[in-house]
Amino acid sequence: MYNFSSLTQSIHDYLASTLSPELTSVVEWTLIGVLLIAFVALSVMGLVYIERKVAAFFQLRLGPNRVGKWGLLQTLADFLKLLMKEHITARAADKFLFNLAPFIIVIAAFLAIGAIPFALGLHIMDINIGVFYISAVSSIGVLGILIGGWAGNNKYSLIGALRSGAQIVSYEISAMLSLLAVVVLAGDLQLSAIIESQADGWWIFKGHIPVFIAFIIFLIAGTAETNRGPFDLAEAESELTAGFHTEYSGIKFAMFFLAEYVNLFIIAAVGATVFLGGWMPFHIGNWEAFNTVMDFIPTIIWFFMKVGFIIGIIMWFKWTFPRLRIDQILVLEWKYLLPINLVNLLVVAFIAMMGWYF
Amino acid sequence: MSAITSYFKDIFLAIKTLITGMKVTGYYFTHARKEIITQQYPENKDTLKMPDRFRGIVTMPHDENNEHSCTGCSACELACPNGSIEIMWDRIEDPDTGKKKKVIDQHVYHYSMCTLCNLCIIACPTDAIKMAQTFEYATFDRKSLTMVLNKPGSKIRKGVEE
Repeated sequence: MYNFSSLTQSIHDYLASTLSPELTSVVEWTLIGVLLIAFVALSVMGLVYIERKVAAFFQLRLGPNRVGKWGLLQTLADFLKLLMKEHITARAADKFLFNLAPFIIVIAAFLAIGAIPFALGLHIMDINIGVFYISAVSSIGVLGILIGGWAGNNKYSLIGALRSGAQIVSYEISAMLSLLAVVVLAGDLQLSAIIESQADGWWIFKGHIPVFIAFIIFLIAGTAETNRGPFDLAEAESELTAGFHTEYSGIKFAMFFLAEYVNLFIIAAVGATVFLGGWMPFHIGNWEAFNTVMDFIPTIIWFFMKVGFIIGIIMWFKWTFPRLRIDQILVLEWKYLLPINLVNLLVVAFIAMMGWYF
Repeated sequence: MSAITSYFKDIFLAIKTLITGMKVTGYYFTHARKEIITQQYPENKDTLKMPDRFRGIVTMPHDENNEHSCTGCSACELACPNGSIEIMWDRIEDPDTGKKKKVIDQHVYHYSMCTLCNLCIIACPTDAIKMAQTFEYATFDRKSLTMVLNKPGSKIRKGVEE
């Protein structure tokens, strides 16, 4: 398996040999920031294109097909259009909060993406409470939604923001508890340690049915946390025009849009890391020959294949199921997901205690 | 007890119905190449085939002898909710019997007022008019939207009135 830390170490050594230590740190931070922004911008544009094509195929349409070959340049054109649009701030809006909200939501998304392991050695910050950190910072995003909905001074945005608040606060619990199932088995909150513990098989296979149930619950809760799919009633077009971002235009609207897709990527990446082994190739117990063959596929490709698989499932949800009402959403969380999750966690703890996993 | 069983029954029914829905869309997604129904209109103008139930414009089919089946009974005019059909009829002497007989002179159709509701086609007792499959009737002059459906010199087909 190729270790990216040799590449990053060589860059660090080169910078340290030519620059002073302080300047080295500054250059490295700038480099990481620029790379992250470029990655996020490109992946969001790709995701928007894929989402539109996938939605079209689910509904037996063609999707974007005019700008470039197969409409590949469509999102680039949309992005340029959004860049050139006028910034409109409603007269009755709270100007400071109105301009602050898109930045909060984007900052929350970037904070979370910093802790995601992309490949072996390609991990920006490997903190020892990785799972906890990601679920903590990704819930800052709801602050941006609430502030944006409030500051717009519009009944639609306020209703959308309050719905979104109620929904995200509830589903945070389920998402975290379902991740805890694997944390109990792996015995660590550090993402790299969780990945290392899956070297002889991913947790979704090793952990029997309880981890599979946790995975399903994580998918549902993750979809709800990103305000997508059947849970997108924060921006229910038919009732609330555009929900919390009704009053936004131009690049500020684009930031909400960007954060939505970054959050989708983060949820998929966390699910892939915790349940499907992150960048860890598909290994089966002690089958040395099989494991060696699987190791020939680069770790970064494994990671993006798993992320793509989860994103595909979440898109399948979105374009199949009808939107839930707010009371149905809260009933689903508090009467079904949470009790199942708690019982599931007990079962996982019992399994871990008795050592009944592979 | 029944509350507990219905709780679990609800969960299983929910999962079952959700999987049924996902199967349907999954089939669409995997067979998208074959099943896509979108028409790329301006490009495929020559090969475009409209579905049978498409309602384009009211027409009166004529056969090769320039004969139609319209008796001039005004049923379509009465059925039209918008007044977009005007029947102008005439009386001529039947050469066989020597009696006066009502015939159609002009079947005037105002496409500008028509909502393509199909009620005139249902009302017609002799199936003389029908909806065409054509479209693209945008024009710069609204006079061209008023049409006379029966062709000049056309007659009613023998045997329609019996």
